[in-house]
Amino acid sequence: MRRLRMRSSIDNCLTYGLVIVAYVVIRLLLAGGNISYALQGQLVPITVYIVMAVSLNLTVGVLGELSLGHAGFMSIGAFSGAITATLLELLADTTSTTWIRLGLSTSWIRLSLAMLIGGIFAGIFGFLVGVPVLRLQGDYLAIVTLAFGEIIKNVMSILYVGYDANGIRVSMDSANALKLDEGGTIIVNGPMGVIGITKLSSFTAGFILILITLIIVLNLINSRAGRAIKAVRDDKIATESVGISVWRYRMMAFVISATLAGAAGALYALNYSSVVARKFDFNTSILVLVFVVLGGMGNIRGSIIAATVLTVLPEVLRAFNEYRMLTYAVILIVVMLVRNNATLQHVFRQVGARLSKSLPIRRKGGEV
Amino acid sequence: MDFLSYLISGISLGSIYAIIALGYTMVYGIARMLNFAHGDVIMVGGYMSFMATTRFGWHPLLSVIFAMIICTVLGIVIEQLAYKPLRAAPSLAVLITAIGVSYLLQNAALLLWSANPKSFSSVVPFDSLRLFNGKLIISGTTIVSICVCVIIIMTLNTIVNKTKIGKAMRAVSEDKDAAQLMGVSVNRTISITFAIGSALAAVAGVLLCSAYPILMPTTGAMPGIKAFTAAVFGGIGSIPGAFLGGILLGIIEILGKAYISTQLSDAIVFAVLIIILIVKPTGLLGKKVLVKV
Repeated sequence: MRRLRMRSSIDNCLTYGLVIVAYVVIRLLLAGGNISYALQGQLVPITVYIVMAVSLNLTVGVLGELSLGHAGFMSIGAFSGAITATLLELLADTTSTTWIRLGLSTSWIRLSLAMLIGGIFAGIFGFLVGVPVLRLQGDYLAIVTLAFGEIIKNVMSILYVGYDANGIRVSMDSANALKLDEGGTIIVNGPMGVIGITKLSSFTAGFILILITLIIVLNLINSRAGRAIKAVRDDKIATESVGISVWRYRMMAFVISATLAGAAGALYALNYSSVVARKFDFNTSILVLVFVVLGGMGNIRGSIIAATVLTVLPEVLRAFNEYRMLTYAVILIVVMLVRNNATLQHVFRQVGARLSKSLPIRRKGGEV
Repeated sequence: MDFLSYLISGISLGSIYAIIALGYTMVYGIARMLNFAHGDVIMVGGYMSFMATTRFGWHPLLSVIFAMIICTVLGIVIEQLAYKPLRAAPSLAVLITAIGVSYLLQNAALLLWSANPKSFSSVVPFDSLRLFNGKLIISGTTIVSICVCVIIIMTLNTIVNKTKIGKAMRAVSEDKDAAQLMGVSVNRTISITFAIGSALAAVAGVLLCSAYPILMPTTGAMPGIKAFTAAVFGGIGSIPGAFLGGILLGIIEILGKAYISTQLSDAIVFAVLIIILIVKPTGLLGKKVLVKV
């Protein structure tokens, strides 16, 4: 046990180290002007996708259930976060209390509050969705998460939110139905999504969010609760029979995963001037799933590397862009076949011992 | 009269869902896997028929048969290459592979035929039926969809209950290992199931595109997921269940679109799925399977 713990803490240090070193290197490159403009624009999305991949890995790799609606939680976080940021900005203009005005006119405070609110909202939704979803398992669970993702996307596309002197107004009908006073602001405009966002996100904010995510997820995995979650993954009935509440630990993993996705969504939304619900569709969920599968299910460091490489690669290889999605599909299939087929694994083992070392047989999720 | 016409178009859409749902329900019943790519086989069927009629100038009926042959081959190839090696793998791995195949088909179609929607001309040669002085119009496609669906359901029911291969299918769905011991070739049975499901997907694809004449690489994805909902609704593994579930879901979707909200019609269908899975996970006509330790 002690050796196990040693190994996992060395492993964790490696993960933190990797992220910190990568951040410092990119900062230095930025200062030296060595990063192209297009790639600079990708820095915040990369951090967002890393957080998304790590949080999905908690559900897919550690809990062992496939969630196909992860983008739905990102959407909730993006909308609630962007609305929060806009409201706080309006509040900063109107409030008379000096310290609130000073506080709210500081952009990083607004950003942190927006991410916090985005995370909390996504977490609440994660709980609400989790109550029915976690009664199921396997294929049914996957398809219901997909259904929830689509429902969230549909509802967000007809949501209208406005703000005027009388407070916040919400409608599911049209922008006119908000009945705003003169001088009122439309914050969410139906299919056009959240509009008029002040860009608050920065690469450093993304880096800090990654660190927070890693602290939460890695500590959870190596805690008593984390071992319980892994036990649920490996054998639900056996776990229940030794007195571990399956429902509680499944819900814990699911809600934490949703919360982190929400915070990432808020960071993502505040990187642009407007954000639409269509962006957070099934394709985005699959994209994040590709990161998780390629990086190795249950392997947090793998998710970080895969998310970074697969976001940067299409930027670097322009010609590759056309075949990007096709390649992702092939990656999904090949990784699954190689990991789970005995014959193929045998072939790989014969090809080279080194290759087989990096592709150990994993029944479900694998060790973390 | 409005209600009646909504009801009929609901049944028409529902019968297309039912044909797709059959593919899901048979594969799920026998191989215990959710063939996520089934919806995209529909899309391939649609494109094949479209190519055959526009580029080669074939007769519509011939194009349907062409689409069925191509989709059958495609279904068998997918099964052999992607699913067969994973027969012993955990269901999570199989599901992710199936999603990968679905994605592969969609993006291959995107490269082959581009994202531009193709306008599909109906393969049904009949004129619309006008009833009650033209107040109620039933299109030829509607009538054909419903008839084709009923014929397919009856044929399949006969195959599964009366023929030798049907007996093998039932045996494999009951207990794979025991069936193997009794001399049933499990792999062959699963392949045949895939072949039948994919041929049906081609028929559904042509009917779907005849009713909603826009053909895109993502055409099959949504109907595929909805048909899975229909299969779950009726009770997965049950052929009459797929029929019942498909028809009911089609009616729910069209009525929801007409009376509740157009934009929320997908959300309504998915809400139905969620409610069924919570209230009665075995569906309307499904059997309860106990998990043994």
